Amino acid sequence: MSERLCPRDEADVVEAVRWAVANERTLDVAGSGSKSSLGRHIQTDATLELKGLTGVTLYEPEELVLSARAGTSVAEIEALVAASRQMLAFEPMDFGPLLGVASGGGTLGGLIACNLAGPRRPSAGAARDHALGLRAVSGRAEAFKAGGRVVKNVTGYDLPRGLSGSYGTLAAFTELTIKVLPRPETVETLLVLGLDDAAAAGVMSSAVGSYYDVSGAAHLPAEVAAHIPAVARAGMAVTALRLEGVQPSILHRRGKLEAMLRAHGTLSFLDADASRAFWQAVRDVEPFAAPENLGPRGKPGDEGAYLENLKAVWRVSVAPMAGPSIGAALREMGAMSLYDWAGGLVWVQMPGTEPLTARVRAAVTDAGGGHATLIRASAAARAGEEVFQPLDALTGGLIARMKDGFDPGRVLSPGRMYAGV
Amino acid sequence: MSGLVMPAPKADVLARRAQIIADLRALVPGEGVIDTEAEMRPFESDGVTAYRQLPLVVVLPSTTAQVSQVLAYANANGIPVVPRGAGTSLSGGALPLEDGILLGMGKFNRILDIDFANRTVVTQPGVTNLGITNAVADNGFYYAPDPSSQIACTIGGNVGENSGGVHCLKYGLTTNNVLGVEMVLISGEIVRLGGKHLDSGGLDLLGLIVGSEGLLGVVTEVTVRILKKPETARAVLLGFPSSEAAGACVAAIIAAGIIPGGMEMMDKMMVHAAEAFLGAGYPLDVEALLIVELDGPEAEVNHLIDRVAEIGNGLGCMTLRASTSEEERVAFWAGRKAAFPAVGRISPDYLCMDGTIPRKALPLVLRRMEEMSEKYGLRCGNVFHAGDGNLHPLICYDANTPGELEKAEAFGADILLLCVEVGGVLTGEHGVGVEKRDLMPSMFNEIDLDHQQRLKCAFDPEALLNPGKVFPVLRRCAELGRMHVSGGKLPFPDLPRF
Repeated sequence: MSERLCPRDEADVVEAVRWAVANERTLDVAGSGSKSSLGRHIQTDATLELKGLTGVTLYEPEELVLSARAGTSVAEIEALVAASRQMLAFEPMDFGPLLGVASGGGTLGGLIACNLAGPRRPSAGAARDHALGLRAVSGRAEAFKAGGRVVKNVTGYDLPRGLSGSYGTLAAFTELTIKVLPRPETVETLLVLGLDDAAAAGVMSSAVGSYYDVSGAAHLPAEVAAHIPAVARAGMAVTALRLEGVQPSILHRRGKLEAMLRAHGTLSFLDADASRAFWQAVRDVEPFAAPENLGPRGKPGDEGAYLENLKAVWRVSVAPMAGPSIGAALREMGAMSLYDWAGGLVWVQMPGTEPLTARVRAAVTDAGGGHATLIRASAAARAGEEVFQPLDALTGGLIARMKDGFDPGRVLSPGRMYAGV
Repeated sequence: MSGLVMPAPKADVLARRAQIIADLRALVPGEGVIDTEAEMRPFESDGVTAYRQLPLVVVLPSTTAQVSQVLAYANANGIPVVPRGAGTSLSGGALPLEDGILLGMGKFNRILDIDFANRTVVTQPGVTNLGITNAVADNGFYYAPDPSSQIACTIGGNVGENSGGVHCLKYGLTTNNVLGVEMVLISGEIVRLGGKHLDSGGLDLLGLIVGSEGLLGVVTEVTVRILKKPETARAVLLGFPSSEAAGACVAAIIAAGIIPGGMEMMDKMMVHAAEAFLGAGYPLDVEALLIVELDGPEAEVNHLIDRVAEIGNGLGCMTLRASTSEEERVAFWAGRKAAFPAVGRISPDYLCMDGTIPRKALPLVLRRMEEMSEKYGLRCGNVFHAGDGNLHPLICYDANTPGELEKAEAFGADILLLCVEVGGVLTGEHGVGVEKRDLMPSMFNEIDLDHQQRLKCAFDPEALLNPGKVFPVLRRCAELGRMHVSGGKLPFPDLPRF
């Protein structure tokens, strides 16, 4: 079992990385370990657990800004900002249900390192669109800062954005500053029932491209919708359009959308409470959730052996109108798809534990390009396959040279994203 | 030019000028290579006219293949390259170098693909910002970032500078609206990042390219997302007896959960200048004027206008007028949008600064700027993207008065240092360029800057792309690559590690 290093502050993180560099040891950069089975499966000499670096260091609701140490729990931050009627607008998903670990376990550092986003992504951006500033320790055992604490800043390269989604491979975050936004006063959801995937993409495109500020557009084929209580009783495919804001505005927009979409299918509707439950289920891909009785899970060290027995899950991003072609290409093998982002985000649950990587990559190419990430698969599969979208030689070279700059000794989660990096 | 120090020109490059021009003519035939002083003169500066320099040669390619060949040639021959869009930079980002090729991208002026179903536009980089909106306006769409220069500035330049505008609190900067690029590296290799889909599956190189000020590559194609133009927009003018009261109103609007499409503040001097310039109908008895624009579905806009009015009245606003027609809304904005020419009318020259501050520091910053104004004996007006704390002080000076430009520059530097001191940053949307280059150490220490430059090294190890911009000292990549780590005892042995 690899060693666990639990720094208490940034100076400890510098020490830990210095030790790793000087002794040619590798570190798995982690927060609480809630997403330890994301990315390629790697084995390191030690785990650098940043969950001891906790605490919100700045929260100014009127400035729309929050800073916290990297190990601070996302659940704590969301509760704090909710008390000021604010939110993380990018609606970070909780990987707990999908990966079969406890819900609500993630840290702020992990959220940025994995660039999380949810159904509001098309209108509000992903985590990287809200990363304003950071402090981090690179693989040179040097603490550095980038960005700032104001919402508008172009001073120097946008490293906070560039390091979002770097899965700990370039630097270990110690403190992050993010943008927060007002929480909508209320929410409703308009449902169009019984559409096939292609028709749904058309409906979502016209709704998102309308004047009516649709802040979520998801399509669940019947067999997927059956797993979400709020819509299961419809017994057919559900295309959901979320309206958020002040009540008079929602009423107006719902009326307009109903008139626009009536001809396309039977309309239904979810009130505020049902909407919140529904969109959380979409966000966390609950229809593909792991069973709840898996036994001990997600402990650092066990590397998710339980994943061996779960159906493989992919996350695919393509042009929204091309989403249904992904579902169609993989359905014939028995895969199930859930569409978010007006069709642009396709969650695919494969028929078995095999990721069938070549088939998925081919579907993305045929769809006109995009990227597919293997989210849930056995450690063996994640060690053997390219988990992230493979890079062309030129892009791969740029990324390898970035790694040379930030982590020349290859001590920070080497190979987590790309072999050798 | 004032005391700006640029990298020393390479004597060998200057000596080979005639050969370089001949070689470039072979790569970009016809009128694509400009080498006479008279014809190069229009390229000698960008929007920061205080800094001027004739380039070695101007090259105007019209295909990606030509850009690739020119960059590969420059790389092989050690010649610096300065990319340029429309030349509207307000930080000197496109300032030529004496030994450098000025690579003008103006011939890349075509929109390549409009896809309403996926809400994307693929365009060449020389298309203007407004040109994109114009191309999709008939279908009710627009491209959201709207820098003041949008009629002239190009999307390629916007990508280079991560340009903002008055609507970016709600709709984001360029970086939040760009989905993909095709870019030529200094090696001449052509890389494609992103596309019509959202996000990169892995590391976000695209997000690093946006705002890199022409130091990482030359963008030859851009994919942006377009949005449906809001159904309605209405603006409210609120006049206040003090900037503190206006600032409190901005904070209260945001605390009430309202994110306006635009929220601008002008100080008394700017209100008077704008009014004298075009008679926008602004109240002249106020110390600070707010323009708050709400956009969206009509029912929402009307509802929120009432809430904003309520907030303003509760905070002692002296004037409150909500637009009741599109003409009136445009008139409210006309004065603000003419702020710069209006100052041009009352002062022969001005410097436009661009810091961002935490909004709560506004009264302190305004007070300190008044003191500086007295110290330097130069007038200074302020327009302020109030929602996001982006301050644009306009320092009035006369370039014909010896020493006044230097005084204005020193005043500007003091303002930016003040922005950093109160927790803000040197630039909110104009970029670092040459103008703020030497102030970077006030915000970043050497280790911070070295980490940024290591990104540069991954893309351009010989530092041939836009040298002399952004970084006060351009370190050699070989030097930045070395690592010295000593120590190596097991860390913090007093803690349980298992």
